[in-house]
Amino acid sequence: MTAGVDLDNVCADFGTFRAVDKVSVNIQPGEFFSFLGPSGCGKTTILRMISGFTNPSEGAIRIGGKDMKNTRPNQRPTALIFQNLALFPLMPVWENIAFGLEVRGVGRAQRRQKAEELLRLVDLHDAAEKRISQLSGGQKQRVAIARALAVEPDVMLLDEPLSALDLKLRQHMRAELRAIQKRTQVTFIYITHDQGEALAMSDRVGVMSHGKLQQVATPREIYDAPVNGFVASFVGENNIFAGDVTRTEGGIAQFDTASGRFQGRIGPASTGKLRLFLRPEHVRLQAAAAAVNSIPVEVTDVAFEGNFISIHAKDPTGQDMVAQTRNDGGLLPSRGDRMHMVFDAQNALILAGETAAKDVDA
Amino acid sequence: MKDLLNRYGIGLTTVFVTLTAFWLLILVVLPNIYLFENSFRPYLPVVDIGGPLDVYSLDNYATFFQSPIHIRVFFGTILFSSVVTVICFVIAYPIAYYLAKVANLSVVPTIFLLLFIPMWVSEVLRSFAWFIILSFNGPLNLTLIGLGVIEDKIRWMTGFRSVIIGLVYTYVLFMLFPLYNAVQSLDTNQIEASEDLGAPWWRTHWRVILPHCKPGIASGAVMVFMLSAGSILVPTLLASTNSRWFTEIIQQWMFESQDWNTGSAYAFLLLILCTVFVSLVMWLFRVKLSDIAK
Repeated sequence: MTAGVDLDNVCADFGTFRAVDKVSVNIQPGEFFSFLGPSGCGKTTILRMISGFTNPSEGAIRIGGKDMKNTRPNQRPTALIFQNLALFPLMPVWENIAFGLEVRGVGRAQRRQKAEELLRLVDLHDAAEKRISQLSGGQKQRVAIARALAVEPDVMLLDEPLSALDLKLRQHMRAELRAIQKRTQVTFIYITHDQGEALAMSDRVGVMSHGKLQQVATPREIYDAPVNGFVASFVGENNIFAGDVTRTEGGIAQFDTASGRFQGRIGPASTGKLRLFLRPEHVRLQAAAAAVNSIPVEVTDVAFEGNFISIHAKDPTGQDMVAQTRNDGGLLPSRGDRMHMVFDAQNALILAGETAAKDVDA
Repeated sequence: MKDLLNRYGIGLTTVFVTLTAFWLLILVVLPNIYLFENSFRPYLPVVDIGGPLDVYSLDNYATFFQSPIHIRVFFGTILFSSVVTVICFVIAYPIAYYLAKVANLSVVPTIFLLLFIPMWVSEVLRSFAWFIILSFNGPLNLTLIGLGVIEDKIRWMTGFRSVIIGLVYTYVLFMLFPLYNAVQSLDTNQIEASEDLGAPWWRTHWRVILPHCKPGIASGAVMVFMLSAGSILVPTLLASTNSRWFTEIIQQWMFESQDWNTGSAYAFLLLILCTVFVSLVMWLFRVKLSDIAK
């Protein structure tokens, strides 16, 4: 079974603080949907409202078309995987997994059988009798997934469940989660501040900031066509220039900044304070200046990162710039080189709105 | 020890250690050794002490086992101390849960203060207050009749009723605090996880919260039980002729018969037998001593 989740103008107030502000989104049955945003953006509150631990102060939440108002968490067709997993340390692994069935009055032998089945599904054989404390981080993760799957939820809610794992395991579990989701066809709603996770796993991503949903789109659209400065700056890296549009022609605007006059694509909302966003991978570094969109720079650092190379440079105003190139075995510039950073107008996006504060661990 | 020296210097450390040692040795260990030694010697006129009759034996202990009345009183004490322990748990658990997981953080200190205030009054006065409250023409009977709960006055202070009420009132906080600590140390996510998986509230308590609290329950129960079984004040004030407490017999040996030797033997019997009983119950509930120490 699987069910869609509709959020209809959902708000959450804590005293005078509005944690979630008029969020509306229709999550399709069987979809892998992520809420992505910095800590404190209200994404966890949304998850708690869907699971029933927090009541929306306004708006409605429907699961499978049914209004969830006044439905207790233990009556909802959802299963929540907590950030710290919240496994029961005093029960062996199989009792943890079968707890939801125990609650539903399933007999002991049948519970045990179902637990073994789920353990195989999450690739954890022979762990049934183990204590939770005997498991590694990744194994605990799998037990938590199995425990949530055991109650055959229509909707699975995941609250940054991978954040405690090390990088290798995290990448592995990403693929695993995605595979389990495809196999079970359960709707997954995933909360994360890690853009890599959100982009890699989701069918659609909802980017949040200050309680508001900024953009809902496929990972590709989120990255390539962000609707405002926050989304552009929170997801992926950018070279950012503040400035003003002085002329527009066929969707391409002339944009005057302290570093020079550039041409860029004008974004959907273009009133208020404007900035030009340029992805590092769209910046080329060359010896000669180009006719348009060319910035003279001095290379300050070359960071070799294996599959790609980041070149850091300063423009004449002192602003730091980053260009990223694939490691194709070519010659690399070195520190102190004077070169020109060049980009296409199509790849530069002029957007309004606040930029995200740099998230250190993202 | 080294920490202590570094922090307070040689002078203060010596004072601390000396005072603690004085309290432990002179006020606790030595009197107990004295009583323990005496419990094996016969009760003799002063002139015979140290004489040929003054030999070690188990006679004083045997006195207990030859006296059916004393044995009955002992089992009564064990039984009703257990009842007190269970009632304390039933009262303290919901309060502990409320304070640790439900109550708004800003009201918790106030509630603790309210719980503590009665403890500022001496135990004698508090027990005596119950003596007044429970008396035949006392406020409790009058209130209950006034509210129409009962028609005739109840003779509260007969049997063990009043002793149980008094002991529960006196020792319930010794149950509450370990329980509060235990519930509080439980990750709230565990409670929510249980509810999220569909458990009704009672099953969450039974399968998740109570098992986690087992060490807390055990240490609270041991404390309440031992204090109740060893209480002399409450039974003296609130017991009636048909509800004798074992400590009252010890007191009789020591102060009415002036036989400190048999009294000591009885006191140690109480200690030993209660310890055996507690260990038995702990074994039954699979609680380890190390769990309690946490």
